[in-house]
Amino acid sequence: MADVSKVKDLYLPRPASVVSREMMTSTETLFDVRLDSGQELDHWPGQFVEVTVPGFGEAPISVSSSPDRKGGFHLVVRKTGRVTAAMHDCPEGTTLGIRGPFGTHFPVDGAMRGRDVVFIAGGIGLAPLRSAIQYVLEHRKDYGRVSILYGTRMPSERLFVDELTHWTRRDDVELLETVDRSDGQWKGTVGVITTLIPKVKIDPAKTLVVACGPPVMYKFVILSLYDVGLSDESIYVSLERRMKCGVGKCGHCQINGLYACTDGPVFKYADILHVQEAI
Amino acid sequence: MSVKKLSPPELERWVQSLIHRHRVFGPQAKSNRFVYELLMAAADLRLDHDVTILPPRKFLLPPCEALSHFTRAGDFQPVFDGRPMVLFGVHPYDVAAIAQMDKYFGQDNPDAHYLERRKSTTLVACDVQNPSANVFAASMGTATVKEGFDLLLTRIGGVYLADSRTPAGDALLAEAGDLRDADALDLARRDQLWLDAGKLLGRRALNCRLDQLPALLEKSYEHPVWREKSKMCYSCGSCVMVCPSCFCFDVQDEVNWDTQGGTRSRRWDSCMLADFARVAGGHNFRKHRAERYRHRFYRKGKYLSDRCGFVACVGCGRCATACTTHIADPVDLYNRLLENNDG
Repeated sequence: MADVSKVKDLYLPRPASVVSREMMTSTETLFDVRLDSGQELDHWPGQFVEVTVPGFGEAPISVSSSPDRKGGFHLVVRKTGRVTAAMHDCPEGTTLGIRGPFGTHFPVDGAMRGRDVVFIAGGIGLAPLRSAIQYVLEHRKDYGRVSILYGTRMPSERLFVDELTHWTRRDDVELLETVDRSDGQWKGTVGVITTLIPKVKIDPAKTLVVACGPPVMYKFVILSLYDVGLSDESIYVSLERRMKCGVGKCGHCQINGLYACTDGPVFKYADILHVQEAI
Repeated sequence: MSVKKLSPPELERWVQSLIHRHRVFGPQAKSNRFVYELLMAAADLRLDHDVTILPPRKFLLPPCEALSHFTRAGDFQPVFDGRPMVLFGVHPYDVAAIAQMDKYFGQDNPDAHYLERRKSTTLVACDVQNPSANVFAASMGTATVKEGFDLLLTRIGGVYLADSRTPAGDALLAEAGDLRDADALDLARRDQLWLDAGKLLGRRALNCRLDQLPALLEKSYEHPVWREKSKMCYSCGSCVMVCPSCFCFDVQDEVNWDTQGGTRSRRWDSCMLADFARVAGGHNFRKHRAERYRHRFYRKGKYLSDRCGFVACVGCGRCATACTTHIADPVDLYNRLLENNDG
């Protein structure tokens, strides 16, 4: 057995502070968080942290900023449970606890390099993908064509609106957006996210897709990707579960035999094709 | 140390002296059943118990365990419980389950809280004298145990043999004073008892070998038995609470009355409870009883076997006893899966 005196406490959060916060939608707030130790989080795009609001508990949240961003990291928090609601009440300067980063990451340092990359984000799925998108744009020459497909239910639910505008203006990245329902003002595409897939020029031989969205999105997106010739080997997805411990012990995030917290949350689709509970 | 021999009065004197010097937990009668509790008197120790309601897991992974204390300002201080304890009279199948926990919490992200407790624990095993109604330990290879304990007691005729395997076991046994050595005949009788244990704890048995379970499950995912049996499931989680090989937990913060701080604790949780796989926003990845019922057997019989190399069932039969609707019994379930199965 392991020598106890050398074993680090897996469950002890590191103190961190809310540097700033910004309401993005009626339910989502962007937090800029910095570890009090001054250390960098040192994450990879797609990894998550366990965020503690003292007295309320912990919630798993994906990191939204690129690892190249120094002096803090971004978390997009949707107000949906007890901990995330408490977090929405945290003003600047609040002390939080951070454990992690945990889990697997989008293959920005592996399979994505040298390939055309298509990011497919559904709703709050843009939050984890943004970390990878920023990273890819910062290391632009390491990748081929870059496309971002983003779908939300309504225009009011769009995240990172300024950044979306910025991506639209860049000529080395293509951004396509759609909303399920227009609000009357919306001038863009209306329809589910799969309607965007045929609009992107995809060379199946050299394209890698990185998708993040609600479970229902994957089924349809994957079928559409098959239609344009993509294989299971070229699709990466990020799966959401209730990761409570983050270290493969508590059992909550199990997807059949896999743990979302240590085997995921990012999976190559080919690896989970026969995992019945995946989607 | 050679195997020693204790008469019942010697055993009682020894246990009585241990109680004075250590925290000793052992099986005791409670109404018409048995529980592991702190021993206050040697006379309360019931080494003839058939099975305890809860396994000794409750001492190594307590039902509720503080992980840290925190202040409102966000300062977290870890809490460890390394108070020495002696678990006395642990049956072989429970020793096997503790070995599984050692592996689960000791490898791949070792868990300091578990390990701290474990290293302060002296394990005194005891061969089974009276089998429980639902035990099937022989099928799980846990009718007897050859390692994973500090000291093993075996009742041979009117005396107990004490076999120490570790310095901690030696130290504990030394507190009994001068003891006779077991002779060749005693050891031969013990060998015979171990051979007979397969029969004693094998009246109920799987119709396959233990190492065939993962493959059996592999092809049984769509078997109608999951839905059939789980129709009677209350999702009460009793089968998990009494299981020596279920380790899942939840972590929660509790705030002190003065609101200035609190305690972060982990508590036993159960994949049989309806909310176990529910995520924020309300989606439940295992919404139906049948999915949860199947998941528990798969986690124990296949997933942990693939990951950690053991089937997380030791054949104690506690789940079968605890289940009010008689659906939790692994013997029934596995043998049902084996019917009409030519593999």
